[in-house]
Amino acid sequence: MSEHVFNTYETAWCPGCGNFSILDCLKGALEDLKKDPHDVLIAAGIGQAAKIPQYISVNSFCGLHGRAVPPAVAAKMVNQKLTVIIDSGDGDSYGEGGNHFIHNIRRNVDIAHFIHDNQVYGLTKGQASPTSDEGAITDIQVDGSQNIPFNPVLMAISAGAGFVARSFSGNPLHLKEMMKRAIKFKGYALVDILQPCVSFNKVNTFAWYKQRVYELDQTHDAANRLVAMERSMEFGDRIPIGVLYERQQPTYHEKHNVLKNEQVLVGRRNDPALIERYLQELV
Amino acid sequence: MYNLLVGGAAGQGVDTTVAILERLLKQSGCGVYAMRDLMSRIRGGHNFSRIRFGAGTPKNHSERLDGIIALNEETIAIHLENLQPNGFILCDNAILTEDHRAIKLDMAVIAKELGNPRVAGSVAIGAGLKLFGIPMDLTQVHGVFEKSVKAEYVDINVKAVQAGYDRVPQKFKHAGGDYADHMIISGNKALALGALAAGLQFYSAYPMSPSTSIMEYLALKSDEAGILVEQAEDEIAAVNMAIGASFTGARAMTGTSGGGFSLKVEALGLSGMTEIPLVLVNVQRPGPVTGFPTRTEQGDLRFMISASQGEFPRMVIALRHHEDAFYQTIRAFNLAEKYQIPVILLSDQYLADSTATIPVMDPRKIVLYEPEDEKQDDYARYRYTDSGISPRKFPGTRDGFVTADSDEHDEHGHIVEDSETRIRMMNKRMGKMHQIAQELQEPELLGDQEPEVLLLGWGSMYGPLEEAASLLNQKGGKRYGALVFGDVWPLPQQLLKQTAASAKAIINVEQNYSGQLASLICEVTGIRTDCSILKYDGRQLCGEEIAARISKEGF
Repeated sequence: MSEHVFNTYETAWCPGCGNFSILDCLKGALEDLKKDPHDVLIAAGIGQAAKIPQYISVNSFCGLHGRAVPPAVAAKMVNQKLTVIIDSGDGDSYGEGGNHFIHNIRRNVDIAHFIHDNQVYGLTKGQASPTSDEGAITDIQVDGSQNIPFNPVLMAISAGAGFVARSFSGNPLHLKEMMKRAIKFKGYALVDILQPCVSFNKVNTFAWYKQRVYELDQTHDAANRLVAMERSMEFGDRIPIGVLYERQQPTYHEKHNVLKNEQVLVGRRNDPALIERYLQELV
Repeated sequence: MYNLLVGGAAGQGVDTTVAILERLLKQSGCGVYAMRDLMSRIRGGHNFSRIRFGAGTPKNHSERLDGIIALNEETIAIHLENLQPNGFILCDNAILTEDHRAIKLDMAVIAKELGNPRVAGSVAIGAGLKLFGIPMDLTQVHGVFEKSVKAEYVDINVKAVQAGYDRVPQKFKHAGGDYADHMIISGNKALALGALAAGLQFYSAYPMSPSTSIMEYLALKSDEAGILVEQAEDEIAAVNMAIGASFTGARAMTGTSGGGFSLKVEALGLSGMTEIPLVLVNVQRPGPVTGFPTRTEQGDLRFMISASQGEFPRMVIALRHHEDAFYQTIRAFNLAEKYQIPVILLSDQYLADSTATIPVMDPRKIVLYEPEDEKQDDYARYRYTDSGISPRKFPGTRDGFVTADSDEHDEHGHIVEDSETRIRMMNKRMGKMHQIAQELQEPELLGDQEPEVLLLGWGSMYGPLEEAASLLNQKGGKRYGALVFGDVWPLPQQLLKQTAASAKAIINVEQNYSGQLASLICEVTGIRTDCSILKYDGRQLCGEEIAARISKEGF
């Protein structure tokens, strides 16, 4: 195996699923960035998207539903040499894991968070997700979803994220570029990836997204938070993709007294002399 | 042994006064045990501590009182009935009481004259020391305040202690003792120090009484010790972070009380399924739900043994006393690492918040489990082995990829659904329980070694049962002994069966409603108890109370 090649494996996804393109882009982004697969950890929760760590040759952590982020940030905290990526779905990241999503933006650990956003639950066969359109009819939401759709990119910018982007699985060149920039970004970086679900979302189809998405151009001021927030509210007839907001800010590690000098905790042992002193303090 | 109670409203400095007083008593040679009875509020209400001290090392409190330091009138009203006829009440002149045992001092006025009204508590400390015949050693007093207050307040506090000391007569003879070189430590601090000695590198928690002081102590030392202490957004994050850190190769622990543990239950199973070592602390308080936030109970035993869906190997260790909290925490890390399982440390508010004098441990004598790291081609995280334990490697290794999956998985950690792999993996994981059974520590038999009346207890009932057995044996009738369990799951059975076989009566003594240890013992061994001494009002049974209740039951 060459040092910077990432192998992918047979999947259990439906033919035509947007996940295939996302997996290819993930592999391409990691290879373009010349990452060594042994230094990459991909974490996920539960869902169709969350199976992705199983299909690529990296270290992987497939934990509990909604809980992909806490173990991933902790892994980065104790070994900052690792490239840590969370790759999971909209239900896992925005629904079940909503609290971790909000508060890990605030923690600003240097990780990339890729979210397959198909506006529907796939693994449980087609119920509304946090990003489902108002009125979306499912087997559960028989009268159409009554809830206001969750806007992850607006949420992320307002919570203080330093890198917030949106892309589309149907535009692999763009998606791979967004992934690379998110991985390179120092701090928490979100890429919300619009993606069709061929089995359960008959409204927000490939064609539906294709007609609406447009790439942000040079005129977009991604350093301006208010401008970014305004742009992030555009979701309807036209949907902007690209880096909505980018601003470097001190990371968890840079601010942390123990970690700021490139400390890796793994393999360290506490000094018995120090423990001895702590015990003597109580005499 | 003497018993002193310090009481007042929250915010009046009861805890600070007690923390200084207990140290000064220990410096004078006494063995000390101090328990804390707190209300769940920041100001007002009634908080108190009972300090027991003397020539031995007390391991539980007593209801009898030789002295009361009352920072408010309510303290007198509530505790007067327990004051011995020759006892005293020490209070400020402003406090109204007609009891002839009251010794009134102008504490507030003295403090004001010294230049800081907040040192009134130190005046009381000085007077208390004198009343109990503690010799005044200004260097020691100075030393204790140096560890307890900011540098600029040391001198004025020492003066206040001296002023109080000079203004009252000696009432009791110094109790003696030779424990000045001992530590004085709370249960939670002993646990935290045990974790540090065990090589803890990552602690994540969400604040919850009575577990929070573990996190506070670790946070205080974190920069110097080079460890991470992370306050998580919720308990679910706390436990999942600890699992992530352990997966990556750091020794990790998470702590909480019952309510927080309820949120951590799914991740407990994750640790079991993915064979990621984890130490979880549950400092019990009375439940269900919010219950009594600052009080004590042993209501979670059954819950700890069975929490989470499905079946996976785990170990539950109940902490019995302060020294035990230190050493069992180290053992918990070693067992978690060796068998790649979750190990639960079960403490409670009584142990967590109480302080005791114990000998200083020697961290150089501690042996930590360190697995050998052998080079492996085509590394598989869940490789089938004879022992069922697959060698651990961490992300970053060049031997292969490190994986974890909450789904049933094959040797490489990939999802499977076939029957054969499922059976092999279940056998691999559950098989570890047979080896863990070889590691079990038998319960400790206190009191008579061939008891006619066998008392059964666990965890923090150690100190109270030790005294109860001793008091009952002193009566000179039957022979009483108490088996106190530390390892509760798996349940060690050998000594229990042996002692139970020759006992004429068996009584379980527990701080819960339903007698959870007794039901567990019956389930595992068929042994039934003849009587239960139970308490579930959030206030710990003490030795005297247990002895009295057993006598009343006719045993």
